[in-house]
Amino acid sequence: MTQTLHQRLGERLYQALRERKAIAPLTAEYPELTIADAYRIQQCMIDRRLAATGERIVGKKIGVTSQVVMDMLGVDQPDFGVLTSGMVYNDGAQIAAGELIAPKAEGEIAFLLKRDLCGPGIGCADVLAATELVMPCFEIVDSRIADWKIKIQDTVADNASSGVFVIGDAAVDPRRLDLTLTGMTLEKNGQLIGTGAGAAALGHPANAVAWLANMLGTLGVTLRAGEIVLSGSLAAMVPVAAGDQLRIGLSGIGSASVSFI
Amino acid sequence: MALDPNTIAALAAHLEDAELQRREVTKITDDHPDMDWADAYAIQDAIRLRKQARGTRITGLKMGLTSVAKMRQMGVTEPIHGFITDYGAVADGGEIAIDELIHPKIEAEIAFVLKRPLAGPGVHIGDVLAATDIIVPAVEVIDSRYKDFKFDLKSVIADNTSSARYVVGGRARSVAGIDLKHLGVVLEKNGRILTTSAGASVLGHPAASVAMLANMLGAKGREVPADTLILTGGVTEAFLVERGDHINVRYEHLGSVSMHFV
Repeated sequence: MTQTLHQRLGERLYQALRERKAIAPLTAEYPELTIADAYRIQQCMIDRRLAATGERIVGKKIGVTSQVVMDMLGVDQPDFGVLTSGMVYNDGAQIAAGELIAPKAEGEIAFLLKRDLCGPGIGCADVLAATELVMPCFEIVDSRIADWKIKIQDTVADNASSGVFVIGDAAVDPRRLDLTLTGMTLEKNGQLIGTGAGAAALGHPANAVAWLANMLGTLGVTLRAGEIVLSGSLAAMVPVAAGDQLRIGLSGIGSASVSFI
Repeated sequence: MALDPNTIAALAAHLEDAELQRREVTKITDDHPDMDWADAYAIQDAIRLRKQARGTRITGLKMGLTSVAKMRQMGVTEPIHGFITDYGAVADGGEIAIDELIHPKIEAEIAFVLKRPLAGPGVHIGDVLAATDIIVPAVEVIDSRYKDFKFDLKSVIADNTSSARYVVGGRARSVAGIDLKHLGVVLEKNGRILTTSAGASVLGHPAASVAMLANMLGAKGREVPADTLILTGGVTEAFLVERGDHINVRYEHLGSVSMHFV
């Protein structure tokens, strides 16, 4: 696949994002599209977005971190997307559902880095040592591909289905926690609809961040101090619509709330 | 009560024989569609008396159907309760013989031991936390005696809520400083994570399960005794196990529990 085609598909995805109009899966038109192509398309989509909006990169998200989702997409490793300043919301935020296409919410642990991380060879311990704080975080994923009919290449090209994210109410030194066993509750409109624990993200959320640092290392990219990394969903994602209120609670860390209007 | 004492006794013998002889039976409400909730618990009580008469010691109480999702799905508002026995206890790290069971499933639980008895009505989470001596991690092996798990709630209650085996392990803790609602649980089978969960999966809070048990027993003039193990219900859904499976469950703050099916 040529660079021109990467750019054209990146542009197509950016326009779908901007106009909130979903498009057909790229893999339907280009079945030969590889994951490497998809990351190049993602890069084009992000470059286009940054140029058009003046947003800056604030971090990364890791997706496809659970065995269930890996099996569903037929892959044996996660994927990642880029978080920009336009995606940031704080605890208690009201988000207009109409600004997204088909939003779904995921409860996660976010890592705030105090030191750069650059693979190869990054392990769980390197990540914990380089982490300033961990926080509760909602990731509101969204797909520019119609009806979420995604293959792994489609979601990777579409910036790992990133939408927006909501940072929670507290930040904790990870040295005080056993993140594998950190429990999470997910409530929608006052009803418990999901529970999980840190191990759901690649066995340990820091494993997911280590995977990201190593993956970025192969692309010559460094995870920078100050960046936020969303380490992957700890419970099944839930569709959201205007009128919904959601809350997650994370053991020993805190909570995050968001409502959709 | 819709059933006469002879029928209750006969059904208790039928279900207990099924358990002891590892035999599947069809759900008892097929033959007794008019049986009510009191009948169901009367059959369970009769099974308990049969065991006690034989010298079996009752080692604790258990709650079932405590998952908010499962209750919603089955259209009920109250969980169910049963009892556990001395021969059901398996040491942490121990072996469980598949041949002694019909179609066992495992679920991770949080167990309580009270330092003073509790009886409803009106028992709440605060009462439970104040009366709790220790909490310990546990895995319950349930084994419905009903063929292909085809049952209704009354049949399950009569069948002692599928009680079969249980493993208690890890470390005992007092409840002080432990956030039971968010306490994380990771269930692994043969080294792979099957599921993760948190304490809230049990009626919103594991202590709410003990409170509900105290209120249910209180309504019958009974109590939740002190110094008795109480299994509060599955934090995870129940998973089928097979011979050769190794189960390990890790609990935030409480260590782990493991067992091997042979």
